[in-house]
Amino acid sequence: MCGDCGCQLAPAITSDVAPPLPGRATTILRGLLADNDQQAQRNRRHFDTLGVLVLNLMSSPGAGKTALLATSADMLRGEFTMAVIEGDLATDHDARRLRAHGIPAVQITTGNACHLDARMVHTALRQLDLTGVDLLFIENVGNLVCPASFDLGQHRNVVLLSTPEGDDKPAKYPVMFRAADLLLLSKSDLLPLLDDFDPARAEGCLRELANPAPVFSLSAKSGAGMQDWCGWLRASLIESSRYRHDNVHAPRRT
Amino acid sequence: MHELSLCRALLDQVSRLAAQHQARGVSRIRLTIGPLAGVEIALLRTAFPLSSRDSFAAGAILDIEETPLRVRCQGCGAISEVSLNQLRCRQCDDWRTQLISGDELLLRDVEFIMAAPAAEERAHVR
Repeated sequence: MCGDCGCQLAPAITSDVAPPLPGRATTILRGLLADNDQQAQRNRRHFDTLGVLVLNLMSSPGAGKTALLATSADMLRGEFTMAVIEGDLATDHDARRLRAHGIPAVQITTGNACHLDARMVHTALRQLDLTGVDLLFIENVGNLVCPASFDLGQHRNVVLLSTPEGDDKPAKYPVMFRAADLLLLSKSDLLPLLDDFDPARAEGCLRELANPAPVFSLSAKSGAGMQDWCGWLRASLIESSRYRHDNVHAPRRT
Repeated sequence: MHELSLCRALLDQVSRLAAQHQARGVSRIRLTIGPLAGVEIALLRTAFPLSSRDSFAAGAILDIEETPLRVRCQGCGAISEVSLNQLRCRQCDDWRTQLISGDELLLRDVEFIMAAPAAEERAHVR
């Protein structure tokens, strides 16, 4: 058993493939990211044991992930206990900003890595006491490409698309937006200035990816739409505590 | 640029398999990758020789087989070939479809270079 979080350590990965014959290919048929996926499953079991709902927050840099968390913490204080794992290339600015709002936040500085992986999250858990925590947010590195490929052990993917980025982003980054369990159109307070951003068009692009995820427009600055998001969090918590032990799902993969 | 991470994950797996089979090296690796796997195949091809240089798989050929994008309509059941950002049913135009091929990211097979026969080894030592 792992001494840090009590999770079961991976059994040595062995393959039961037949011994190779000279000049013949040996069939493997294993996921390229199978090691990461195994660690992610261990993370998820650990979260389930503790009864924590874990949300992976993904977006471009500057779409407002940290602002969303800060405002959410202010609105949900007394109702839920939150904690955050922050992925950042170089600084701990976001973690400090969240601590100022009373949220325990652990920083993963990824250096040159453009995404978090399951092992980094597992390492970060050493520094985070999840006792009594209802919601753990993993704020991924700002990037609409790489984070989509790495399961971290989360229960839900939340993707933010800020209005200045343009409403066709789901069509341009299909892998990321296909993985979303919820799409938040952030910085909606700027909509009056941006006549070329149409929330309906953004939602249309998401449906073209065959993704039925709910779409909310919100502004962490003005508070508009924040109630929809908080309602979704409440519903997800209720649903997850009901299904936690038998039906926890990995990021959507078919 | 997570193609380097993917190369590392690939080399970890291949090195483990090679050690398990007591192989001397690896001559060919075949991957199956779908267009929705989130992998830039050209970048992966560039990254592989660099990241495998000092590994078990140095000099190995990387074959990548690309899968088609196919969905099954949840309404009419038809199977359609679709494009990256339009997964709608081509028969009835319903957007509620399920991907049945196109997000694979698989290590398909590996050709190992097996240890030299004992006689050759003796000759080499001498």
